[in-house]
Amino acid sequence: MSTLLQNIVDGLGRGGTYALLALGISLIFGVMHLVNFAHAELITVGAYAAYGLAEADVNWWILAVAIVVSAVVASVAVERVAFRWVRNASPFTMLLTSFAIERLSHALWQVLVSPKKQTFSGPAWAFDTWSVGGIRLELMDLLTIGVTIAVLALTALVFTRTLFGIAVRGAAEDFDAARLMGVRANRVISGAFAYAGFLAGVAAVMILMRSPTAEPTLGADWLLKAVVAAVIGGLGSFSGAVIGGLALGLAEVFLRSYLPAGTPERLTDAFVFALIAVLFIVRPAGLFKVTSAERV
Amino acid sequence: MLAVDGLTTRYGAITALHAVSLHVDSGELVALVGPNGAGKTTLLNTVAGLLRPAAGRVTLDGGDVTGKDPATLVDAGLALVPERRRIFRDLTVGENLRLAGITASTAERRQRLGEAKALFPVLDAKWHTSAGYLSGGEAQQLAVARALMSDPRLLLLDEPTLGLAPKLVDVIFELLVTLRGQGRTIVVVEQNARRALELADRGYVLRTGRIVAEGPGAALAARADLFAAFVGVGADLGEEADR
Repeated sequence: MSTLLQNIVDGLGRGGTYALLALGISLIFGVMHLVNFAHAELITVGAYAAYGLAEADVNWWILAVAIVVSAVVASVAVERVAFRWVRNASPFTMLLTSFAIERLSHALWQVLVSPKKQTFSGPAWAFDTWSVGGIRLELMDLLTIGVTIAVLALTALVFTRTLFGIAVRGAAEDFDAARLMGVRANRVISGAFAYAGFLAGVAAVMILMRSPTAEPTLGADWLLKAVVAAVIGGLGSFSGAVIGGLALGLAEVFLRSYLPAGTPERLTDAFVFALIAVLFIVRPAGLFKVTSAERV
Repeated sequence: MLAVDGLTTRYGAITALHAVSLHVDSGELVALVGPNGAGKTTLLNTVAGLLRPAAGRVTLDGGDVTGKDPATLVDAGLALVPERRRIFRDLTVGENLRLAGITASTAERRQRLGEAKALFPVLDAKWHTSAGYLSGGEAQQLAVARALMSDPRLLLLDEPTLGLAPKLVDVIFELLVTLRGQGRTIVVVEQNARRALELADRGYVLRTGRIVAEGPGAALAARADLFAAFVGVGADLGEEADR
């Protein structure tokens, strides 16, 4: 029983990060019909921003803010500099553009900083643990779950209560109809990228709290999981992305727990992807079917 | 108020509008009729900024708005109720209307939401319902209410009675009379051609992207030759019944 609860806590901790990233991917897919393969590079941007500031002995909490701000700024800048110019191009062109940005990001960090891992000091308290009824609770897991819940609640509030959120949902359903209501395409897309950047930034804080290192390919592993989580939920579905992320995190932790000790992490991933393949045979559109998603 | 001069719109190699010219004066109700594929929807979409014209000019109150973004045209006082309504099915009725008032100030938006509730009681009753669950008639009323949220001086309606039962068609035509009574300028594209022309101050008949007849609505409605040659025998019959 305690193993089960332990796995649930660990799985939600990991899955919360996937959920935040998947939500950002689904958000951009909703308004642009683009699977943004450069999305997880925002984690890398946040990591290098934190590394730079950590070198100057800046407090962790300021680092956390800087990580989020840098991800938001980078996300908006990428939309403005790259995606805006190909918005009316074919989906394939937009996809290639996102791949190009991802590759360019890897190359730039290698050239500008170093191809090697750069480690900096994270918060020592993150590894504090408590034992409650046989379950070992790690502070960073509890924090990740708590922050994820808070950010998801905030997101729900933004997308149901504010005009910006309603405009994004409307634009995701029928962009031309939204434009006929007076919604300005540039504003709503920039806003969506900013919010996706915020979500990626928060995810980056959770990731870097656990493992405070910056390296050029840091985002790559997270990207794959985040895209898979978004697809599990049904691309374009916000609630689907959250459930997809949590389900993926739980599946990983449970498999790791029940597979024989010493099974390599990559092999665990293979089992997870096999399960996902089965899911898509049963539900090809993912857990939540999205009825419409229009491009500008 | 609205002047369209030599408007040509193409879909790739296909020309949908051939140098169409028309005008709409302030306070008028103008009907655009014609058979399927005549270019009526293309004309409205081009005027509303959803399509870019290959040639020609659109002016609104004397200002050139050719090829402007739809949002800019909303600011200029134009609103389009698009064909097949295109309401946001995943949003509630209230959210649809709030979004449609995005260009208004908070106070204006609040006031217009109140006006929408008064003019469309059926929407008030379903304020928190997802628009996807509305009946055809309710959805059409939502589409019109949404367009009114920007308080447009020029309202374009594309097939507002499409797919509605005869009783609901009456509701929409009564609504047109109400809106005209409010002093709004209206252009309506309508499959119920004869009825629309009888109601309109003036009308235009389109065929294969060209205007082939124009004049007072009642006079056009009385021309049997137009209906036989251009509009088709069944054109002024209602479309499929509402669900």
